[in-house]
Amino acid sequence: MATERFDAIIVGAGPAGSAAAYTMAKAGLKVVMIERGEFAGAKNIFGGVLYRKQLEDVIPEFWQEAPVERRVVEQRMWLLGKDSVVTMGHRNEAFKEPTNAWTGLRVKFDQWFASKAEQAGSLNIYETVATELIREGDRVVGVRTDREDGDLYANVVVVADGVNSLLGQQLGIHREWNPDQVSLAVKEVIALPKEKILDRFNLEGDEGVTTEFIGQLGGMMGLGFLYTNQETVSFGVGVMVNDLKRTKIRPYELIENVKQHPVLRKLLQGGESKEYAAHLIPEGGLHAVPPLSGNGWVVCGDAAQLVNFVHREGTNLAMTSGLYAAEAIIEAHARGDFGKQALSGYDRRVRESFIHKDLKKYQGLHGLLKEIDSNLFDKLPEALNSAAFQMLMIDGVSKAEKQKMAIKALREAAGGTANLIKLGLKGWRAMNG
Amino acid sequence: MHIVVCVKQVPDSREIRIDPNTNTLVRQGVPAIVNYYDLHGLEEALRFKDEQGAEVTVISMGPPSADKALKQCVSMGADRAILISDRAFAGADTLATSYVVSKTVEKVAQEFGPVDVVFCGKQTLDGDTGQVGPGVACRLDYEQLTYVEKVVEINDQAKTITVHRHLEDGVEVVKTKMPVLITALSELNKPRRASLPGVINASRYKPIVWTTNDFADLDRAKIGLKGSPTIVSKTWVPEPRKIDTKMIASGEAAAIASELVAALWSTELPTRLGW
Repeated sequence: MATERFDAIIVGAGPAGSAAAYTMAKAGLKVVMIERGEFAGAKNIFGGVLYRKQLEDVIPEFWQEAPVERRVVEQRMWLLGKDSVVTMGHRNEAFKEPTNAWTGLRVKFDQWFASKAEQAGSLNIYETVATELIREGDRVVGVRTDREDGDLYANVVVVADGVNSLLGQQLGIHREWNPDQVSLAVKEVIALPKEKILDRFNLEGDEGVTTEFIGQLGGMMGLGFLYTNQETVSFGVGVMVNDLKRTKIRPYELIENVKQHPVLRKLLQGGESKEYAAHLIPEGGLHAVPPLSGNGWVVCGDAAQLVNFVHREGTNLAMTSGLYAAEAIIEAHARGDFGKQALSGYDRRVRESFIHKDLKKYQGLHGLLKEIDSNLFDKLPEALNSAAFQMLMIDGVSKAEKQKMAIKALREAAGGTANLIKLGLKGWRAMNG
Repeated sequence: MHIVVCVKQVPDSREIRIDPNTNTLVRQGVPAIVNYYDLHGLEEALRFKDEQGAEVTVISMGPPSADKALKQCVSMGADRAILISDRAFAGADTLATSYVVSKTVEKVAQEFGPVDVVFCGKQTLDGDTGQVGPGVACRLDYEQLTYVEKVVEINDQAKTITVHRHLEDGVEVVKTKMPVLITALSELNKPRRASLPGVINASRYKPIVWTTNDFADLDRAKIGLKGSPTIVSKTWVPEPRKIDTKMIASGEAAAIASELVAALWSTELPTRLGW
């Protein structure tokens, strides 16, 4: 069989890959998308929040047809103490129209997104692993797959093969992970009757709520989440891999322990666990983002470490990077030049967008988090809880005394006044680039 | 040489659940796969094609979504795929199904050339009856070779075939004349993984679809629910068999082991094994 040539090969049918494949196919390019899973989304998880803006840029009014779960009307942030919680949050009807974000499940969403690419003309191939890049000189000219007669050739290869990017490693832009640059998210999808979800979370119709929490994660740096879907909730925790190593707590033990917290237990009780999944999340931040293009290749999404962990945004950065890569390739296609220079339009787009700006804003935070003791992620919320408890407990102790006790507790948790102030200042600076 | 392979799309039995209220299989959300035994039939057909040349036609009866199963067969190397799909076929038992499948094989022979061998799986993963293959052979008046674990020889000139049939008490070596219908065991071979050109070809392939209207002489009384005399009077989920278990929990590994050995010797097992 004569070797068939494509304009572009997309490796990985996640949100980055599908956005790229869809955009290029719609522009009339001949594209093939290779996915190692049985179907798109088979290997993917995310916490479960899908933002409108970025997907809308790829597919206008996608919510009319995309499998989304609930419209997020409220975001809660919880600081967990041992048997207690300090809550913050914001609920607003204005989040509904236009909808800011939906909860979602990747298994459904990714299949839908990949099918949109297919309808637009992309040739989607599943259960096939792209094992290496084929090069001619300093150019990438195709990929080799694990199937017989498995070489494919194209003008550009879009590397969107996720956090453990095999092809990224071959490009030399993806080093082996350090345990402090990557977190492990474990997640359960728990079935609950619709009425229970509406009641327990104070919702009606297709309204949804997201809850993020810190504290009580076994002395690990990380974040827990609880998102409402239509008839399930997504519940999970993400913690740094070096902390898992240090504490020797197994991820499933962690999630089971957290579930026993009185506040969470009551929200989840009676639920039936339907799925359990775990996935790595790149946490390297801006410093870890590699060059995004070269001779005959571009890299998108998790493979390019495009994750804003502060705002739990990964999927939308992935989609936007896929879109920008596609636009740059379409331009390159029009000129018939696929060299580094020609594809640098992708780097430029990313640099000028919210992706770069947001990652830049938090670039100091990664350094800061590396410095501070993970135990603070338990200690500080605990201290806040006990301060709240002290302030609200009427037991004859004067308010001035209570205030003193609360400040003392916080100071001790941080390891002294100097540390507390330093932490506050550094944190502020880290959050504001 | 023209080989027809019958395949069925079935729910993946590794992920099957039973609805506790209706006692039927929950098909929603369960991945659909090509019936495991059918793939062994296809592989045998493709091996013959690779070695001596043959045309391989795959047929399947099912809903439109079964075209995914047919595409998989094309990706592995089948030359053409035909989906027999019509609401009128729905609710068919093994009798009605074997009628429609036999009519399809006849039509395939008319349109694409005489058929020498038909492969079926020994049974499906969801129905488990093993009746459709033999039923098709009877209706077509073909020789039938069931439970085949090895095809020794297909002689295209003499139009004969020699196979090993797996029986309860041994192996039967049979030689017979074609046309023949074979039901395949998994011992027959190891189905191949499709090549990349195969997968690309299949993803562009559109299976031929035949509805009731495409058949000239279909007896409407023999198809679908109407043509199905089988009545399911009752279904139930068998209770898991209760087995007496005993936990030897505490103590050193050596102590646990010797307690276990003593417990085993005290059963009837050693006598039964003739120790």
